[in-house]
Amino acid sequence: MKKFEHKDLLGMSQLSVADIELILDTAESLKEISSRDIKKVPTLRGKSIVNFFYEPSTRTRTSFEMAAKRLSADTVSLSASTSSMVKGETLIDTARNLQAMNPDIIIIRHSASGAPHLLAQHVEASIINAGDGINEHPTQALLDLFTIREKRGRIEGLKIAIIGDISHSRVARSNIIGFNKMGAEVTVSGPPTMMPVGIGELGVEVVNNPAEAVKGKDVVMMLRIQLERQSQVLFPGLREYATYFGLTEDLLKTAKKDALVMHPGPINRGVEIASSVADGPRSVILDQVANGVAVRMAVLYLLIGGTKA
Amino acid sequence: MKIWIKSGTVVDPVKGTSKKSDVIIERGKVAEILPPGVFKGERGKFREIDASGKLIVPGLVDMHTHLREPGYEYKETVATGGMAGVAGGFTALACMPNTMPPNDCRSVTEFILEQAKRADRCRIYPVAAITVGQKGERLTEFGDLKEAGAVALSDDGWPVTSSELMRRALEYAHYHGMAIISHSEDRSLSEGGAMHEGSVSTRIGLPGIPAASEEIMVYRDICLARLTGCPVHIAHVSTAGSVELIRRAKEEGLSVTAETAPHYFSMDHRAVVGYDTRTKVNPPLRTPEDVEAIKAGLAEGVIDAIATDHAPHSSLEKDLEFERAAFGMIGLETALPLTLELVRGKTLSLPDAIKKLTWNPASILGVPGGSLTIGSVADLAIIDPECEYVLREEDIQSKSKNSPFIGKALKGRNDLTIVGGRIVWERKT
Repeated sequence: MKKFEHKDLLGMSQLSVADIELILDTAESLKEISSRDIKKVPTLRGKSIVNFFYEPSTRTRTSFEMAAKRLSADTVSLSASTSSMVKGETLIDTARNLQAMNPDIIIIRHSASGAPHLLAQHVEASIINAGDGINEHPTQALLDLFTIREKRGRIEGLKIAIIGDISHSRVARSNIIGFNKMGAEVTVSGPPTMMPVGIGELGVEVVNNPAEAVKGKDVVMMLRIQLERQSQVLFPGLREYATYFGLTEDLLKTAKKDALVMHPGPINRGVEIASSVADGPRSVILDQVANGVAVRMAVLYLLIGGTKA
Repeated sequence: MKIWIKSGTVVDPVKGTSKKSDVIIERGKVAEILPPGVFKGERGKFREIDASGKLIVPGLVDMHTHLREPGYEYKETVATGGMAGVAGGFTALACMPNTMPPNDCRSVTEFILEQAKRADRCRIYPVAAITVGQKGERLTEFGDLKEAGAVALSDDGWPVTSSELMRRALEYAHYHGMAIISHSEDRSLSEGGAMHEGSVSTRIGLPGIPAASEEIMVYRDICLARLTGCPVHIAHVSTAGSVELIRRAKEEGLSVTAETAPHYFSMDHRAVVGYDTRTKVNPPLRTPEDVEAIKAGLAEGVIDAIATDHAPHSSLEKDLEFERAAFGMIGLETALPLTLELVRGKTLSLPDAIKKLTWNPASILGVPGGSLTIGSVADLAIIDPECEYVLREEDIQSKSKNSPFIGKALKGRNDLTIVGGRIVWERKT
């Protein structure tokens, strides 16, 4: 059996094509568990997993917790407001204290880029990056790859557009890296105020006009526009954003006939994506969520179940 | 005790020469500089130092240091910073006013000088704040500060945002004969940034600080120098654009001077990959192209001085998420080897390199030192330029250890430092 040779999952940048394929294949075999009557296997019985979320999250946190429980691991969840962070404890100290309780995995979401990397240097437990600042969100990229592969049978050669706030999106960063590694062609688009300097060096085509970016694509991935960014002078307002950068039914018609519409959630209906598109036949947004559990089960299993058995 | 330094290469940055010589020190002054073998001193009357294969240079003058006292003694004190200075070959340090309270009045300046006297290690030249509390609202009492012993003025760490206030500061400081050292940064562009905005920040997902945030304010300060006819000194130049602006200002004949720090010609933004907070510094490490431009600026004399911007921080400020960590790295003990690298790389001649660490900063500040001639005060350093070593944390004299050069191979080291004719540092071999 192929082995997953990493202690931590910090980002897509650390994974090889073989690693990614192993995770996706494992997820495929584990997906079926979630559709059983009794959604539980004993694979990770006796393992403990800490869900450590410094930032609010519904989807990712629940998804990890569900994944852990379906593999029979014991889980503990911490959030910023209930952790000692509010008492002024540093990340490293919190991590050392958690480590003292000897968990097998710490899943961390944090508003600062590189926080999981810092944690990984200070604890023995495996670290999973569940989103760090504007850097990476590897399990999101993996579940997106899984969803595309499931729907299209392949990733290589597909044309994919990612549209929105590329600068502040860890989903975009992880997906750009993942899609590139798996041989897809990536186009990014969005307001120039949200396009990071030197993004082209990551191996993507930059097209500011979404109408051009969507044309002929196999996959159109819309990013959530963070409403609080309005105050940061990045764009004038939601109405204008929706008009020039939102995915409407008309715009979607220019993509390939069978194009997939994706979104990492939570969606702003009528802003970056029209309701009719989000709920429409091309949308795989809820499939992404469903697959998230399978992919996270695979990651948990590969980090602490597979190699130590 | 009289000192007889034998057979070293005396570097005279003012004349631009380096010559094999003996140096005799008596009563705190340089008594003689002679060709080797000429001087016949009586045995036992001199402390004899064999300097063969070594360089004898004027004591280095750092025009930009943070000694953290008063207020942040857990990071550094005048005593520990002074020790780090003399270990690195410095005999004079100009310390920035961003202490707690800030050095914006006579009592703080006098306190710093009092601590310097107690430490009795190297010369300390306080730089006072331009504005009260470094708040950028009203001028401090330049005259009173000068009388108390402050040599220059800066709101370092904070730019003087108001151009009107900066204009008046330049005019008023000129009247008192004090240099204004400008921390040139447009905070509205840099706010929230953690590293240089460019391909690396995009790749590793850190908020960026564009080069323009520095260049806009450098240009403003140049315009104010033109408007007022008063000198301005630009601190820690880090970008190619700033070098170009200063070059043109100098060609125009304006009294604009500039310094850079060793990390800006020794490291670039790729060092930040891995989120090592010791590489987090303001202005940030820039691109390899900027590094080349800084070197060219030094070679062409656009950048007059090399200053450390020695910024000690403890683990409290550095063992954190990158975005939350404080800006700054220590530099007193690495400035010399990093500058000598420029000599080995043919960017600067040896006398020119030493000049940027001695005569030029001393001249800009208007303080003595920076030259090595008969009759001058005996502030000097004996350097082993060929010594190769790996910098270890335990060798660092500074109270703080936030250097990205720890673990790196360096070449060239200060062996012995003399201040006012007294040996204040001698490396144990």
